[in-house]
Amino acid sequence: MVTGQFFRKLGAVSAAALALLPAVASAQDVGRGHPEPGQFHLQESVTPIMDSIVAFHDGILMWTISLIVLFVLALLVIVVVRFNAKSNPVPARFTHNTLIEVVWTVVPILILVVIAIPSFGVLADQMTVPDGERKYLGSNIFSLGEVEVPEATVTIKASGEQWYWNYEYVDQGVAFDSNILSEAEIAELKPGQPRLLAVNNELVVPVDTTVRLQVTASPTGVIHAFAVPSFGIKVDAVPGRLNETWFNARETGIYYGQCSELCGKDHAFMPIAVRVVTADEYEAFVAALAESRDYNTAAALLPAL
Amino acid sequence: MANTANLEAHATGHDQASHDHHTPTGWRRWVYSTNHKDIGIMYLVFSIVAGVIGGLLSGAMRLELQEPGIQIFHGLAAMSYGLEGDAALDAGKHMFNVFVSAHALIMVFFTVMPATMGGFANYFAPLMVGAPDTAFPRINNVAFWLLPPALLLTVLSMFFEGPSGALGFGGGWTAYPPLATSGHPGPATDFVIFSLHVAGVSSILGAINLITTILNMRAPGMTLHKMPLFAWSVLVTAFLLLLALPVLAGAITMMLTDRNFGTTFFAPDGGGDPILYQHLFWFFGHPEVYIMILPGFGIISHIVATFSRKPVFGYMAMAYAMVAIGFVGFVVWAHHMYTTGLSLDVQRYFVAATMVIAVPTGVKIFSWIATMWGGSITFRIPMLWAIGFIFLFTVGGVTGVVLANAGADRALHDTYYVVAHFHYVLSLGAVFSIFAGWYYWYPKMFGYMYNEFLGKLHFWVMFVGVNLIFFPQHFLGLAGMPRRYIDYPDAFALWNRVSSVGYYVTFVAMIIFFYATWEASRKKRPAGDNPWGDGATTLEWTLSSPPPFHQFSTLPKIESKDAH
Repeated sequence: MVTGQFFRKLGAVSAAALALLPAVASAQDVGRGHPEPGQFHLQESVTPIMDSIVAFHDGILMWTISLIVLFVLALLVIVVVRFNAKSNPVPARFTHNTLIEVVWTVVPILILVVIAIPSFGVLADQMTVPDGERKYLGSNIFSLGEVEVPEATVTIKASGEQWYWNYEYVDQGVAFDSNILSEAEIAELKPGQPRLLAVNNELVVPVDTTVRLQVTASPTGVIHAFAVPSFGIKVDAVPGRLNETWFNARETGIYYGQCSELCGKDHAFMPIAVRVVTADEYEAFVAALAESRDYNTAAALLPAL
Repeated sequence: MANTANLEAHATGHDQASHDHHTPTGWRRWVYSTNHKDIGIMYLVFSIVAGVIGGLLSGAMRLELQEPGIQIFHGLAAMSYGLEGDAALDAGKHMFNVFVSAHALIMVFFTVMPATMGGFANYFAPLMVGAPDTAFPRINNVAFWLLPPALLLTVLSMFFEGPSGALGFGGGWTAYPPLATSGHPGPATDFVIFSLHVAGVSSILGAINLITTILNMRAPGMTLHKMPLFAWSVLVTAFLLLLALPVLAGAITMMLTDRNFGTTFFAPDGGGDPILYQHLFWFFGHPEVYIMILPGFGIISHIVATFSRKPVFGYMAMAYAMVAIGFVGFVVWAHHMYTTGLSLDVQRYFVAATMVIAVPTGVKIFSWIATMWGGSITFRIPMLWAIGFIFLFTVGGVTGVVLANAGADRALHDTYYVVAHFHYVLSLGAVFSIFAGWYYWYPKMFGYMYNEFLGKLHFWVMFVGVNLIFFPQHFLGLAGMPRRYIDYPDAFALWNRVSSVGYYVTFVAMIIFFYATWEASRKKRPAGDNPWGDGATTLEWTLSSPPPFHQFSTLPKIESKDAH
């Protein structure tokens, strides 16, 4: 039976591919803070929050769903091979089997419970701004929390505009706009930075510091969403609302994100770039920014990229 | 089911048409139609026409996204509006959003819903319950004829001003304010709102008609618990329509008055709240996705049983799993809104409630497999689509479990992972079930048999094509590519290119589909009353192919003690 053979081959190939996926995903080497060509998994983490998302997704969800799909596929292959009209000319007439029905109701519930336990932990971490006392899960999502995160000491307000971001250092009361760079501008000002992600003025934050991030949008504007994949954060920027999240990045560098809520014609052209610098560099930068009120003057104090 | 139905009804049904008040002919037969079968056919034709429009729109999107950089939309804008340079570029960027929005609206409201709840439900629910027609034939006519103007309004919206100086509505099918209100001051949005109002009235009327038919017009002996599963799926879906669509109508009416009459329901500067709209929209929108897939569940159950030559496994569990999915579907809406700033407790609730849906869905998947288990399966074309459906719907279902977790959704929300997920359950789930139903009932509806090879070719080419389109989109989403983007960072180029190639393969599959349909209508191979053999036990197979203009003037008696 041609169809049967095909399903057998399809089954074998898909099984191999799907089983390899999670393993290969963790082995692929990636740059940090931006997607790599051909990437097929989450971006590399630099915060405790993204650590827990990666551990949850790659460690539990990906395996669970791959195994379920493989299981269903295997059942379909068995059915196709064993119960086709040629191998089994006389159909059975059974329509009930209480035991199996109980099993396929209860087992999925148990699987969902196993997923839900770390899921609620991961979620609670994301939604709770550190107070210095609370412990966070980090990569060990089945712990009760073992990662210490300091209290938030820097507060930044990000406001979505059509079509750029405005960042305010709330404690200093100083704000600046962050606009996308065209290809020509990248070549001139920031050679080597990725197209559609590079901006003129990056948001500058200190490393190993908890940043409280408040997100809103222009009161007369539309909804945007602030997202940085390597930080594991995504918050809608809603006119008239002040949403809050937090991050604590452990590596210096530039981390890119993109607007993640449809906001009009330049939705794809208002990237987010966060530059994580050392504490000393940050202090110098923010002091200069507060004094000069000019981003370029302050940014000149930072090391060249 | 109901395999001992009184076949005398069949015999009397035949000569019924001749000495009945005369059968209308020509355009009157269709335009004035109160016949559930003719109306069902019109719905199917309408759905195919809309599907072609929606499919071509997505073709332009895949052409655009095949390479990084803006490829075609500035040129399209230049051609359409006579603009040049940056003006053409800006118009092109907006035009892409217009295509995204129109593609979704057309596929949801004018392709999938008319095919399942319009076409198959109208044609086959009355036949399966042994009714001569639907309960309200004139309402049925009105419900259908509201749809073409609704589609026309959506299509027309693309040619009216949306944002200042640009044409069309580019706010997505979700139409979130303020982008859909102050962001689109022109009349394009009002066209879309009116279109949804009209389509909504059509669906509500259709739902009332189908609920009444199924509850009141079942043949003697056909209790609800003996009713075929497709009729069950239609009944549940009709209730979802009846309860969900008025909420959408309310939300878009509030938006209409915000736009035109100075109210500020959703405008923060007047004390309103844009998030309120999202709650209302998704209170409709989540049941809506079950509205699109539930009739497919019913179709698949019949096909699996027919070609396994074995009754449906766990009939009661199958019926009540659909009831459970429909019920729980109303209390999970805010899982579309995890990033809007919902509190931790609210997100916890919606995570838990959403994951519950996986249980009845799993019952259905396993029961289909158990129906095949021990069966004597012939791999005719409808069965290929059904098996394809079960596998692809499983893939789409498990990514839904991933997204249900607000903690994981943080990374995936509004990325291509979501696009991949909902196309797996809708474009590969609902659409596969529609093609399964088409090939299953084609001989019944038209009396002719299609070419077996062409049908199989259509299935295999489409199976490869849609998987090529949507599987790589999971990778794009995991890597962080946001949805509704006309251009993307160069790192996303590879999987976008694969996805676009998949579109071309799917395009070829659609050409095969149209050729196969044309070929069947030319060759006129008589199909016979029941081409599928003793596995096909529902009442429609006791009638001629196509069935007489009016059937069951003597109601069939369902005498089987054990209907399932």
